[in-house]
Amino acid sequence: MSSAELFQGGLDLLAVALLALGIKGLSKIRSARAANQLAASAMVLAVVGLLVNAQPAAVAWIWMAGGAAVGGVLGAVTARLVPMTAMPETVALFNGCGGTSSLLVALGVLLAAKGDGLTPNLLVLVSIGFSIVVGAITCTGSMVAMGKLQGWLPTPGWMMSRWRHGCNIALATVVLLAAVLTVGGSSDALWPLVASASLLGIGLTLPIGGADMPVVISLLNSYSGVAAAAAGFVVGQRLLIVAGAMVGAAGLILTQVMCAGMNRSLPAVLFGGALGAPSSGSKGSSEYTNITSCSAEECALTLEAAERVVVVPGYGLAVAQAQHTLREVARLLEKHRVTVTYAIHPVAGRMPGHMNVLLAEADVPYEQLREMDVINPEFPATDVVLVLGANDVVNPQAKTDPDSPLYGMPVLDVQEARTVFVVKRGMSAGYSGIKNDLFERPNTSMLFGDAKQVLGNLLGELKILGVGQL
Amino acid sequence: MDGFQEQLWVLLLGSLLGLELIGKVPPTLHTPLMSGANAISGITMLAALTLMARSGENTLLLSLGSVALGFALFNVVGGFLVTDRMLTMFRSGRKRSGGSQ
Repeated sequence: MSSAELFQGGLDLLAVALLALGIKGLSKIRSARAANQLAASAMVLAVVGLLVNAQPAAVAWIWMAGGAAVGGVLGAVTARLVPMTAMPETVALFNGCGGTSSLLVALGVLLAAKGDGLTPNLLVLVSIGFSIVVGAITCTGSMVAMGKLQGWLPTPGWMMSRWRHGCNIALATVVLLAAVLTVGGSSDALWPLVASASLLGIGLTLPIGGADMPVVISLLNSYSGVAAAAAGFVVGQRLLIVAGAMVGAAGLILTQVMCAGMNRSLPAVLFGGALGAPSSGSKGSSEYTNITSCSAEECALTLEAAERVVVVPGYGLAVAQAQHTLREVARLLEKHRVTVTYAIHPVAGRMPGHMNVLLAEADVPYEQLREMDVINPEFPATDVVLVLGANDVVNPQAKTDPDSPLYGMPVLDVQEARTVFVVKRGMSAGYSGIKNDLFERPNTSMLFGDAKQVLGNLLGELKILGVGQL
Repeated sequence: MDGFQEQLWVLLLGSLLGLELIGKVPPTLHTPLMSGANAISGITMLAALTLMARSGENTLLLSLGSVALGFALFNVVGGFLVTDRMLTMFRSGRKRSGGSQ
């Protein structure tokens, strides 16, 4: 073994240790930031070790610098500019690019071998085939997920029917056949393999509803780890195999945790179709009849008299960029000796943990956030609940109506509180497109309008009442 | 063959390590953890670099490798930076709230 090889081997070992520590540290809030930096430095070490050992030619250096500069700069700019509300699609985008990279590397290795007139051994060929399939599925699946989250891609009607299963099974069969042929040494099957695997990625992701998309992203994240591990087999690098396997396994666990949080099984998410798909039947009573709406003044009066207020923030709050106004309202109430807490549903926002990030951005003290299991028993002793841009996660149907597509999903029992105010733009349906019984309850009042505007009015009314003014 | 068997061991142990490491993750950290793990999966950039280092003067392979490297680095750099951005907010949120109350 040359000294350069030893050097790379040593750095690789160090990198694995740092990556493991990094993943471990990311699961605790205090160590998370340092852990992330640790993982990043592990990557740098691994690159240095590889470059020192491989000693690329001058031409290769130029191409490397070019690719690295473009990708790195775009990545940095994206990371800096992307709004926190768009986090799910950002993760999907990054993820898709990782998958694409694995796909391209596998193609490159195969083309290189063909160019040299060599046939790689069977195991390498199998790894290449695997890497192409997983890479392509990750690539197109993530792009579809991103498109759906951005609202660019609707789910086409036929994709909701049983039809799609036949379609996907056919595609999977083509993928399998083409993979076997490619591994067997046929060059003709290569492009059909890439094409069919890419289509399969689309076919598997497109029918999945928006509410389930975070689970899919987590699963695709796991796939991109698997793709990285497969690429490690292709080029014979242990570090990639370890890192890819760790991410793959961690992604699976995280997917499980999320499914548990939504009370959905993974097969139901993947093959059950969109939540709230127009399935006919139970849609009969989708019109609202008994809505009480109220003014900001009435709401302010009730808040002034309250002792315990729980805020239920939802994605609508973040879209309206109203977190900061909310924080001011909460400050006034706190000065008035009202206890204000925030009830965070496991999938509040658009992916698990997303609302915590958004409230942290608005400077809401971390200790005031309560998880669902903690806050649910406290609702009966709560005077006022303020629902801001949340809908499905406060739908009592999930507990009362076995026919509802939401049935079984854990929800916040806000209806148990004395008074509920729901701030909402209009009577349009939520993420899942399902009617919310909460809005018709006698103790619920609706405040219509953009969350930021309503909170602004509320803030004004509270000030007129002299709340929080010493 | 020996190399492949060794790699399978590495795969197995790596997977077990991954399963073990993500034990009790508080819901607050789900989003940052996902984006952090996502950044790590961009480690395929090493495979892209290896491909390029072995490509000699073959322009087709070099450009393919370069594109692959670009995609991977987009994932790595973007992923780590955006995770850091999120985690910074958590920290300062705590600090300031502690200071003002």
